[in-house]
Amino acid sequence: MFKDLFQKKRKYATIPSERVGRGSEPGEERPRREIPEGLMNKCPKCGSIQYSKELEKNLKVCPNCGHHMRLNALERIQMTLDDAGFEEFDSGMVSVDPLQFPGYANKLEQQALKSGLREAVITGQGTIEGLPVVVAVMSFDFFTGSMGSVVGEKITRAIEIATERDLPLIIFSTSGGARMQESILSLMQMAKTSAALSRFNEKGGLYISVITDPTTGGVSASFATLGDINIAEPGAVFGFAGRIVIEQTIRQKLPDDFQTAEFNLAHGQLDLVVHRKELRQMLYKLIEMHTVKGGY
Amino acid sequence: MAGELPFEKPLVEMRQKINELKQFGADKGIDFSDEIARLEERYAQLEEEVYSNITAAQKMHLARHHQRPTSLDLIQLIFSDFIELHGDRLFGDDLAVIGGLAKLNGTPVTVIGQQRGKDTKDNIARFFGSAHPEGFRKALRLMHQADKFKRPIITFIDTKGAYPGNTAEERGQSEAIARNLREMAALGVPVICVVIGEGGSGGALAMAVGNRVLMLEHAIYSAISPNGAASILWKDASKADQAAEAMKITAKDLLEFEVIEEIVPEPKGGAHRDYEATAAAIKDSLVRHLGELSGLDSNALKEDRYQKFRKIGKFAYEQSSHVGVID
Repeated sequence: MFKDLFQKKRKYATIPSERVGRGSEPGEERPRREIPEGLMNKCPKCGSIQYSKELEKNLKVCPNCGHHMRLNALERIQMTLDDAGFEEFDSGMVSVDPLQFPGYANKLEQQALKSGLREAVITGQGTIEGLPVVVAVMSFDFFTGSMGSVVGEKITRAIEIATERDLPLIIFSTSGGARMQESILSLMQMAKTSAALSRFNEKGGLYISVITDPTTGGVSASFATLGDINIAEPGAVFGFAGRIVIEQTIRQKLPDDFQTAEFNLAHGQLDLVVHRKELRQMLYKLIEMHTVKGGY
Repeated sequence: MAGELPFEKPLVEMRQKINELKQFGADKGIDFSDEIARLEERYAQLEEEVYSNITAAQKMHLARHHQRPTSLDLIQLIFSDFIELHGDRLFGDDLAVIGGLAKLNGTPVTVIGQQRGKDTKDNIARFFGSAHPEGFRKALRLMHQADKFKRPIITFIDTKGAYPGNTAEERGQSEAIARNLREMAALGVPVICVVIGEGGSGGALAMAVGNRVLMLEHAIYSAISPNGAASILWKDASKADQAAEAMKITAKDLLEFEVIEEIVPEPKGGAHRDYEATAAAIKDSLVRHLGELSGLDSNALKEDRYQKFRKIGKFAYEQSSHVGVID
């Protein structure tokens, strides 16, 4: 079962860079590194260097500046759900190349090797402090979390299962937007997931959207913003159009905090900004409050 | 002819030659009617060649043609008694989206369109047809109104995409689009959407969750503009033509993917050559599809719309456990 994935020794699989193979031929010698990969970690925000082990204990939040580093789906599930009893949905679903788009098939292979994942989302049912919940967890490290047919289908099925089983739904979003290699099929996943949420909504289901860094484009403009409660992690970039595109449009430099979680909170686009350390507890409290319906 | 695109150049040159010959004959009193007839025949052949093999990139240029009919042009020709209604009741009136009440063959409908400008000044006022959140919210307000009064909804899609600006972001561009997607799925009246020009990304889709989605023959529809894709994929926006081919953006492609239900034919050379003929073809399609949907009650209409989008997507299954997890 899923829990097996989280045994100590392979908890954070580091893939030797040769396996990523960006243009490196077999047999070609690469310069040896002094430090084994994965031992140290540099904060992308403040540049401070930490032992990876320490950073993991701190839930990948920089102890120096509080920067919330990106998590992959496996880390997020481990951090959020109870250890036992995760039932993964559609684990074998993989992308095809419906448009015969130049380079797409190769890129999919590379992304799987790089991330250790099959696609940009993992869906399933688990519990938080014993309360059952359906989750969909996106991973930025697979194809920048872009939404193609598989991401849309898996999320739609998860929503449909939550609707059938009458369970709360949490979607952890992180995405660069639509997967342009699937062009129109990718775009239509926005409508598909939103339509499924419409049914879930009509049935009175609780949907908590957790927006993590970064959530943009087609994902921000569909299920990520449709939560009954929208939560973001501190500093998470959340917006529709990319910063550079906007700067080119308005021909002005945007403020540093533009499209951050805090910016969105101030503009009324979010309910809460919650620190990663408190997130699991907050999710539990919110779900618990919805277990007893008002009686009307 | 005016406003020819580069791929139409052979036709323009030949037409010019025919006209010169006619003029010369008239001036000198010589009868060239045989030669002219032969040239006209060759012109017709050439026209057939040029227009029957329009590539995706050429369609992209046709879809963006500055003389291409806009939503308002077509609304005036397809419907009667159009009354434009304004505002989202929350912030303002976004002129990139127009909408209101009209009659289609005597039946009241709600019609909403994305509206490009007809000239530079108009384009600036209308943000080149790229809506802010208030535009999408205006559209949704009118759709809810239609739902209340049991009127069919017809939308015209023609936008490069939602407006990419800081003000749009501050007012919740993502939320406005997402809400439209969710709410349109729950409408209990027939919704028919026609992509008349450019269907750009989430901004287009935010008004295109219909029971039927139709496309004009040379319209395009994609997740990201070919220019945007080219600049991301190849760091070169000038490769838009190449991206247009790769991204399968034409009506024919989308019909194969079952994203749209029908291709509405355009006059030879494109919609801008003949507004009336274009409008007549759209009207014919609208009336037919509305007729087909008229037998469905509100639950059946929702179910029909749900299933239309539910089935879109291509994927496969692999058997082994998680790939790439390394001991």
